[in-house]
Amino acid sequence: MTRDTISRRSFLTTTAAGAVAVGTLGKAGRALAAGPLKVAGIYTVPVEQQWVSRIHIAALAAQDRGDIAYVYSENTANTDYPRVMREYAEMGYDLIVGEIFGAEAEAREVVADYPNVAFLMGSSFKEDPALPNLSVFDNYIQDASYLSGIIAGAMSETGNIGMVGGFPIPEVNRLMHAFIAGAKEMNPDLTVQVSFIGSWFDPPKAKETAFAMIENGADMLYAERFGVSDAAKEKGILAIGNVIDTQPDYPDTVVASAIWHFEPTLDAAIAAVKAGTFTAADYGTYSFMKEGGCSLAPYGTFEGKIPQAALDLVAARAAAIKDGSFTVEINDEEPKSS
Amino acid sequence: MDILDILFSAAFWAATVRIASPLIFATLGELLCERAGVLNLGIEGIMVAGAFAGWIAVWAGLPLWGGVAVAFLVGAMLGGVHSVLSVPFGLSQHVVGIGMTLLATSLTFYMYRVILPEVSSPPKITAFQPLDIPVLSDIPFFGAALFSQTALTYLAFLLAAVMAYVLYRTPLGLAVRAAGERPEAVATQGLSVTAIRMGAVIVGSGLMAIGGAFLTLSAFDSFFFEMVNGRGWICIALVVFGAWRPGKAVLGALLFAAFDAFQIRLQQTPMGAFLPYQFFLMMPYILSILALIVMSRRADVPAALMVPFNKGER
Repeated sequence: MTRDTISRRSFLTTTAAGAVAVGTLGKAGRALAAGPLKVAGIYTVPVEQQWVSRIHIAALAAQDRGDIAYVYSENTANTDYPRVMREYAEMGYDLIVGEIFGAEAEAREVVADYPNVAFLMGSSFKEDPALPNLSVFDNYIQDASYLSGIIAGAMSETGNIGMVGGFPIPEVNRLMHAFIAGAKEMNPDLTVQVSFIGSWFDPPKAKETAFAMIENGADMLYAERFGVSDAAKEKGILAIGNVIDTQPDYPDTVVASAIWHFEPTLDAAIAAVKAGTFTAADYGTYSFMKEGGCSLAPYGTFEGKIPQAALDLVAARAAAIKDGSFTVEINDEEPKSS
Repeated sequence: MDILDILFSAAFWAATVRIASPLIFATLGELLCERAGVLNLGIEGIMVAGAFAGWIAVWAGLPLWGGVAVAFLVGAMLGGVHSVLSVPFGLSQHVVGIGMTLLATSLTFYMYRVILPEVSSPPKITAFQPLDIPVLSDIPFFGAALFSQTALTYLAFLLAAVMAYVLYRTPLGLAVRAAGERPEAVATQGLSVTAIRMGAVIVGSGLMAIGGAFLTLSAFDSFFFEMVNGRGWICIALVVFGAWRPGKAVLGALLFAAFDAFQIRLQQTPMGAFLPYQFFLMMPYILSILALIVMSRRADVPAALMVPFNKGER
């Protein structure tokens, strides 16, 4: 792996960390650069953070297979984002992966300027036929969220579930709706409390919001943000993880996690670029369960503690989702408390 | 839960005190700087650096109080840079402060990546736990609200008392206040305005860093970028709200925190069903601005705030 000194904000970081990387991780770098596809990732947060970590892991796996040579810039400010895209495009990268939620219009201008570079970007909007080199994706993991909701509905004794989100954008909303739909399968009279904290990374605030929901009767939390599982742990109630498996950090309180696998999305894009067929498309469907894009994390410490009725329904619905006989509704509206 | 239930629940007041604590540290730090005549806009970045430094020190094996000390030292060092540029060099305090915020934020990410080149998520530490104060924590309602907090919260309130005492009851405090009002009078007394101002910025910055460290050592147990999330800027306003007085500044921090704790709970009342969530998130800021307008009418701005002092110059 090599790291590039692209983003001004992370310039210092990447140069120094690059020095570290040469020693420990540099072995996969330049030697492979001739054959594999040159892929660059541009992320607005450090690569270990939840959503982006799933993309990063998939890219590293593709690199280990020898399919791509991968570099990335992390912690890139949205205001810097188009410039960093441009720099990678100028450097001759074949495929640029990232997230343009915070720079949708500016990023599309860059895409238009580099028709020979493929862009695969997380976006709240759909693909645009006028920009054939931009495909969009998002974490459409509503299938797994729905299944995790079934477990939550069965495990909540008060029938009161608290959900703390960052911002009500489509990817957050649809997962919350799927989760609620799943929970209502087990408990139709369920009440949900929904709050948004107006920030992606303010765990103390997320935790305070979760505390308020617990005071208000919630005995199960949907941990869309960091900090929520901590409130659950502190108050001794249960929580459901989202996007990544958080049970190792909270073995006694996180029952299940809906996890996102970016591999099918990235691998499809790599194949398309290699075949010369990359075009404007919505890669969102590659996050569906039948594509292997999402799954429920192993029950781990909660093996044997989840009611059999819930497990049976999860198994039945998972099979039905995979064979196409059951579809989880995609609802991008902002969810409200009930 | 309706509005009265919220206001009469001990949990609401406990949350208020908890949310106010980091603001109190940082506001007192800013207040000290400004009392000596230096506006320190490095506060946001210094809080980020403090949040990181305290956490990483504990992660590396230091005890929690060691983490607090490391945060203070890192803040003091950044304050040292700020003070050199803003006091003896007399550069624009706005530019120096914003520059410090950018520098401290970037430097923090740099250190983060050097220390933790490959992690799957930021490691967790064992944070300060709530500490029940004997006897006092048994008082109905008030015990649960005020006396089951973490040690750092108690320190925040203690610090406010100490700062009020030092500023108003000691010769040192008089010198600090005079440096921000009439630096030439300080110089006439044979004291060094430069030394007093630099000292105030260094100590004040250290306190801001503890405010940041509160987030990683007490409010939460790990470090995330952007977790300071504008709290530093709030503290700048709280200093004005507090009319540059420690007691009033603490009151301001509590008021802001109460609005915040209130809106979080208000979202789950029937009002939450028809008002957009942004309205609730705005509440603490809007109410604070209104309070600021009322309070600041009689505020005494330190006369020499942001005025560089050159010895012998008239």
